Amino acid sequence: MSTVALALRPLEFFFAQYRRVWRGTVISSVVTPVVYLLALGVGLGKFVRQDLVYNGESFDYLDVVAPALLAATAMQVASFEASWPVLSAIKWSRQYHAMLAAPLRVKDLLVGHQAFIALRILSTVTVYLAVIAAFGAVKSPLAILAIPAAGLVGVAFAAPIAAWGAYTESDASFVAIFRFLILPMFLFSGTFFPVSQLPAPFEAVAYATPLWHGVDLCRQLTLGEVVVPSAIAHVVFLAAWIVASLTLAVISYRRKLVL
Amino acid sequence: MGEHDGQSLIQARGLVKRFGELTAVDAIDFDLRRGEAFGFLGPNGAGKTSTMRMIGCVSPITDGTLRVFGLDPMRDGVKIRSRLGVVPQLDTLDMELTVRENIVIYGRYFGIPRSELGKRADELLEFVQLDERANDRVEPLSGGMKRRLTIARSLVNDPEVMLLDEPTTGLDPQARHVVWDRLYRLKQSGVTLLLTTHYMDEAEQLCDRLVVMDKGKIVAEGSPLELIDRYSTREVVELRFGESRPDDLNYWTDGKVARIEALPDRVLLYTDDGDAAAHMLHERGLAPESVLVRRSTLEDVFLHLTGRSLIE
Repeated sequence: MSTVALALRPLEFFFAQYRRVWRGTVISSVVTPVVYLLALGVGLGKFVRQDLVYNGESFDYLDVVAPALLAATAMQVASFEASWPVLSAIKWSRQYHAMLAAPLRVKDLLVGHQAFIALRILSTVTVYLAVIAAFGAVKSPLAILAIPAAGLVGVAFAAPIAAWGAYTESDASFVAIFRFLILPMFLFSGTFFPVSQLPAPFEAVAYATPLWHGVDLCRQLTLGEVVVPSAIAHVVFLAAWIVASLTLAVISYRRKLVL
Repeated sequence: MGEHDGQSLIQARGLVKRFGELTAVDAIDFDLRRGEAFGFLGPNGAGKTSTMRMIGCVSPITDGTLRVFGLDPMRDGVKIRSRLGVVPQLDTLDMELTVRENIVIYGRYFGIPRSELGKRADELLEFVQLDERANDRVEPLSGGMKRRLTIARSLVNDPEVMLLDEPTTGLDPQARHVVWDRLYRLKQSGVTLLLTTHYMDEAEQLCDRLVVMDKGKIVAEGSPLELIDRYSTREVVELRFGESRPDDLNYWTDGKVARIEALPDRVLLYTDDGDAAAHMLHERGLAPESVLVRRSTLEDVFLHLTGRSLIE
């Protein structure tokens, strides 16, 4: 049987588990974009000089920051969903072990869990995009493609963090990951200001992060200013990053679950 | 030997499992026949769980051969596991889902259609006497109920063989008897049971045949009665002395008992006639604090084979 068919089976568990918390996540997925767009787009945006030029066109700060927040949200939801829940499925609820007692393979439960996280991201960013549209910051029908783009950003974080979650013995490192990796990326990956304003070495680092590629890709799409070679390069970077991370995750999962 | 007796569902030859320097399972041979209840008896660290995990296809073998339903666990893991029912040592239930949901979700891992699972879950919950708790969350259930739920869940795919890794460890006596009763019924209905335990009474209650494992090796094999017959005497006299244990028990017993085992807390005299031995000691003026004559058990077999008490 194919991996797809087998990976759908663990997906059902994660949905059953999600049913317990879905109300909270729905509220936060509506409230969070409203708060961020009001504070950073509308509030802070008033202090930013009006004509921001992107790809030769000028935009409001709100228009430029909104797609970046969309990509960053995908990163945050994915990072959370791939940290504690993965460790729990190994150590606390031990659901991965239950799945491995059934006719599922390690890669099936990895793919199933990642697929669940991807669906969580897609639903969250869909709501986010609708709120952005309500703020008038969607400038092109191409914006709809920002949903799968943000999905790629999300999995680009979910896969390596899941690899780490299966490797680590305790959850202590997750807080460090959020504080020293996720938060700096949120602030410095071209989300709120161009990475060209960073000192040169840091600018180079920013280009190497999946978030920067995701931010620029989502921005091109919601502003309707797509530079095809650059957009393709972003997608290729994210896809390659995901493939590498999933490979790492399979190794890490096997090491922990099959011994 | 009938046709079914000769059919090996699981066959191990020279099976080895090493973790780095540590040899957890050291070249063991065994056969599991259809319809029997087969036990691995041994203390913690004897290699029981490692053996179970290799059979359950979640632990690659290091050396030797292992065939489950005639298939190779490393190559045909998915096929094999679809025919196994696994009750792991540590429960893997989801505490937040309901009793019933735990069975249904687990059934979905096997690809059983949801439409079938509702009815199946109801039957299984009735079998383990949890039907009244079907819609309760798992978390507040007692240890015995959780164990029964794990057993019910492991039956969702109608397994040919159940792997039970210490099925009653940590349960109170009543809860253990309920679990034993259910497992006995499963055996009666034709399910083959493979279990590990460090409880003698469990092995005696459930197993048609068992192997005694110690430090990764199989040190004896047979039915509980055969093992007792082969490695112990019919009866045992247990003597407790308090402070003043006599130094030379051989002198007191005068070679009239088969074997003497001096444990930290008591002395065991192995003999076919316990009352006669006790009487003789009394005649000779030995006055222990307490004297107990009992039948030999697997504990005595274990003590004899490994030179140490099983539950340490």
